[in-house]
Amino acid sequence: MTESHQGWPLYEVFIRARAGLDHKHVGSIHAADPAMAVEHARDVYTRRGEGVSIWVVPAAAITASDPDEAGALFEPARDKVYRHPTFYDIPDQIETL
Amino acid sequence: MYTQGLDQAGYDTGYAQDDAALAQRFQARVDAEDKIEPKDWMPDAYRRTLVRQIAQHAHSEIVGMLPEGNWITRAPSLRRKAILIAKVQDEGGHGAYLYSAAETLGVARETLVDQLLSGAAKYSSIFNYPTLTWADAGAIGWLVDGAAIMNQIPLCRCSYGPYARAMVRICREESFHQRQGYELMLALCRGTEAQKNMAQGALNRWWWPAVMMFGPSDRDSKHTTQSQRWKIKRFTNDELRQKFVDFTVPQAEFLGLTIPDPELRFDADTGHYEHGPIDWSEFDAVVKGNGPCNRERLAARRTAHEEGRWVREAAAAHAAKQALRRAAEAR
Ligand SMILES: [Fe+2]
Ligand SMILES: [Fe+2]
Repeated sequence: MTESHQGWPLYEVFIRARAGLDHKHVGSIHAADPAMAVEHARDVYTRRGEGVSIWVVPAAAITASDPDEAGALFEPARDKVYRHPTFYDIPDQIETL
Repeated sequence: MYTQGLDQAGYDTGYAQDDAALAQRFQARVDAEDKIEPKDWMPDAYRRTLVRQIAQHAHSEIVGMLPEGNWITRAPSLRRKAILIAKVQDEGGHGAYLYSAAETLGVARETLVDQLLSGAAKYSSIFNYPTLTWADAGAIGWLVDGAAIMNQIPLCRCSYGPYARAMVRICREESFHQRQGYELMLALCRGTEAQKNMAQGALNRWWWPAVMMFGPSDRDSKHTTQSQRWKIKRFTNDELRQKFVDFTVPQAEFLGLTIPDPELRFDADTGHYEHGPIDWSEFDAVVKGNGPCNRERLAARRTAHEEGRWVREAAAAHAAKQALRRAAEAR
């Protein structure tokens, strides 16, 4: 346990379940380099055909929004109901709109 | 991002006065079944409790590879061998999902591994029992994974998002573990007299340790109440244990095996099986490090860690060299 505490870097893992779907975050993995991260992600996250494609991203490269600013970031979208089609009253006779 | 120091021994539920308002808002979110995510504010004690629980859970998956791993080379058929390898590999994967979830709370993987290897961290006491016969591979899948499933299904709804998501992934895989174990027991019970005796012997040895896997009785468990308030835990130890017994007794009857508990009886009024008293002194001894295999299990993990050292170092050196080469080519 005298080993240096700088372990392999952390990669976030994203998997495309099948062609036509987005890559989705599934967890993380430690690896010495990106190629090894893909191999480890394959072994850890796709033992039962869970995916057809893997992305690995160094966790340190991700910039995330701050939950404390969630209000400032996302509240403004909430009162813009006119951005949704249900906001508009269209007479029932018009069936194609 | 999550760099605060973590003190794994402590378990307190008090908040600093300044945090009272934040704590109130936090509890309101938990009460509303909102999920807590890594960057959200959370009480230090919640963070510490989760780190300890998720790490213990991860260590259990990793150490749990050892008892069954013992039988891989001696599995009686290629089919059984392939199944056992896949099962043990899954447990390694479960450990990886869980370490990954614990790391979102700001603790480094190396720290967790060090805590396991130094003996500072705990893992499930069940894995300190030996696997003496092939039937033990079946009894573990049937009883130990069976008990683990009882514990793990409610954890899929745990208030902490990354833990809950890891548990969903794990639960999806556990059903195969239990079924292959039961099928193995069934094969033995339908076999020769000697094979059936081997199955009974395994049940005799694994029954009580499996019943104890749910932890101390509710009367003696100090963690249950606060964990339930935080919605980390949904049911008490005794509730889960009762469910396990109720599910398992008919399964044993179908196998034609006898549960090693002379006081076990069905209570027609409650609709539950009542089991005899649990020998908690055995549980305490195993938890304190004096089970049949505690030293052997830790020694095996330390050896694996040491023997893998050159691989980790070589891979890190290779990655550093590649990075230098890429940097040179970019110039
Ligand atoms: Fe597992
Ligand atoms: Fe399992």
